[in-house]
Amino acid sequence: MKIICLMDVTEGRERPASRELLGAARQLKAAAGGDVLALVPASGDFSHLGAWGADAVHTLSGLDGAFSSDAHAAALALAVEELGADLLLVSAGSRGRELAPRLAARLGRPLVSECTELVHQGGLRATRPIFAGKVLLKTPVALPAILTLRPKVFTAGEEGSAAPCHDMPQKAGEMKAVVTEILAAAGGKLDVSEADIVVSGGRGVGGPEGFAPLEALAGQLGAAVGASRAAVDAGWRPHSQQVGQTGKVVNPTLYIACGISGAIQHLAGMKNSRYIVAINKDPEAPIFKVADYGIVGDLFEVVPALQAALA
Amino acid sequence: MRIVVCMKRVPDTESVIRIAPDGGAVETADLSYIINPYDEYAIEAALQLKEADGEGSQVVLLTVGEAAAESTIRKGLAMGADEAVLLQVPRDLGDPLQTARLLAEWLKSNGADLVLAGKQGVDYDHGAVPGMVAELLGWAGATAVCALTRDGTGLVVEREVEGGRERVRLPLPCVVSADKGLNEPRYASLKGIMGAKKKPLTVVDSPAQAEVLGKLEAPAARPAGRVVGQGSQAAVELARLLKDEARVL
Repeated sequence: MKIICLMDVTEGRERPASRELLGAARQLKAAAGGDVLALVPASGDFSHLGAWGADAVHTLSGLDGAFSSDAHAAALALAVEELGADLLLVSAGSRGRELAPRLAARLGRPLVSECTELVHQGGLRATRPIFAGKVLLKTPVALPAILTLRPKVFTAGEEGSAAPCHDMPQKAGEMKAVVTEILAAAGGKLDVSEADIVVSGGRGVGGPEGFAPLEALAGQLGAAVGASRAAVDAGWRPHSQQVGQTGKVVNPTLYIACGISGAIQHLAGMKNSRYIVAINKDPEAPIFKVADYGIVGDLFEVVPALQAALA
Repeated sequence: MRIVVCMKRVPDTESVIRIAPDGGAVETADLSYIINPYDEYAIEAALQLKEADGEGSQVVLLTVGEAAAESTIRKGLAMGADEAVLLQVPRDLGDPLQTARLLAEWLKSNGADLVLAGKQGVDYDHGAVPGMVAELLGWAGATAVCALTRDGTGLVVEREVEGGRERVRLPLPCVVSADKGLNEPRYASLKGIMGAKKKPLTVVDSPAQAEVLGKLEAPAARPAGRVVGQGSQAAVELARLLKDEARVL
């Protein structure tokens, strides 16, 4: 099986989720044989991707400069056709979620989005959560196909050696939509979907200023701050931090839910976290049913106490 | 400006989703349906653009779905859309490319200056149809936007990206999908609800057949929850468990 992994590059470096694609591809190659190519939509020496699982690396220096979803999709589709691939893997980040549908439509290949498991046994089968994870769909994948993989699910491993790195001549053609500006979040805050630890607050936090102890704990742990729909709808936190069915689906190593009751649409967004901690005054709150470690108590006492205990 | 909003009906987000005994579909008998929440932001954005434009602008709702989608589409008309078209399929399609091809074909024949949609259906969660429609039409597009303004002959939108936002400029015609935060969708007024019954809703039969998706399974249940203690004195025990038992800190 020939697998192309589309790298997501910011500031000259591949994002961690891109290395996870190479890890997933390496597993498939072990089961089905074949080749793993890394496709980099930028210039630079990316031979180090060999250590993460690429047999060869192809850069597209013609795509340096402003991003355009239409022009980049066109150039990438040409590159994919030229290299030939049974499977194109794309990470389901903000960039990949924009490019993968365009590539699927342009190349006329089926798209399976946000996969969380790939198995090759006689054929390829992908698992993807639907209804925000309330149900898992196990679907056979007819090749050639395009899959997006959910970040932080597949394991990246650095173990091989450098791979040969070639540049391809594709240029970005006419650009219709163009990214004109990047507006960084204040302090370059960690995104809830990429963080290893998420400290989330809900209605029980009581107001925007109630997030201060959560911010302090998150700062100490290097965690991202998340919020429930109740907290976002009340205007206490921006939607970019909402965890749940109409927010982000997260799967950090540790999820600390503070003052969150655990509505079904919230659980859908976080119940695949490896460990869940719940802090809530109401012992009957449904969040305690999924919490590995629960504390019944006032978050304004428990969170600072936890911060002190972990210092 | 002629604005077409692609919308669909989905099970209410508070629904418990049950798998049918054959494992090939979800049980639909007890489900109540709503307008896909992200599509509501798209409808609101379309109505705001129309209101800013004044006379001559038009908002058309476009749905691929079963005959039963009609009552949900009427809710969109009640919000203020002018007319609706249902591309009626025998069973809801689960494949985004198939859906996108039906939408793009209709748009090619019927035209639009702007296509809006929700960023994803909260049922199958592909988030793929808007981008596919843009590509099939050869149009500009931007997905999951949380801000949208007219800018001369085009649009300027903002998208949330990891750790920040990006601003995208795009010409018309284009396809833009809406994220939460774009606006606050209005509630239908009583007048709107009454009026919606008389607005044109055209049903176009489509022969597209739903493909078998695969096998549905319930996710593995988490181990039963465990309460380690009450109040702030339990924090010390929690810290110990996180360090020594879970080893995550």
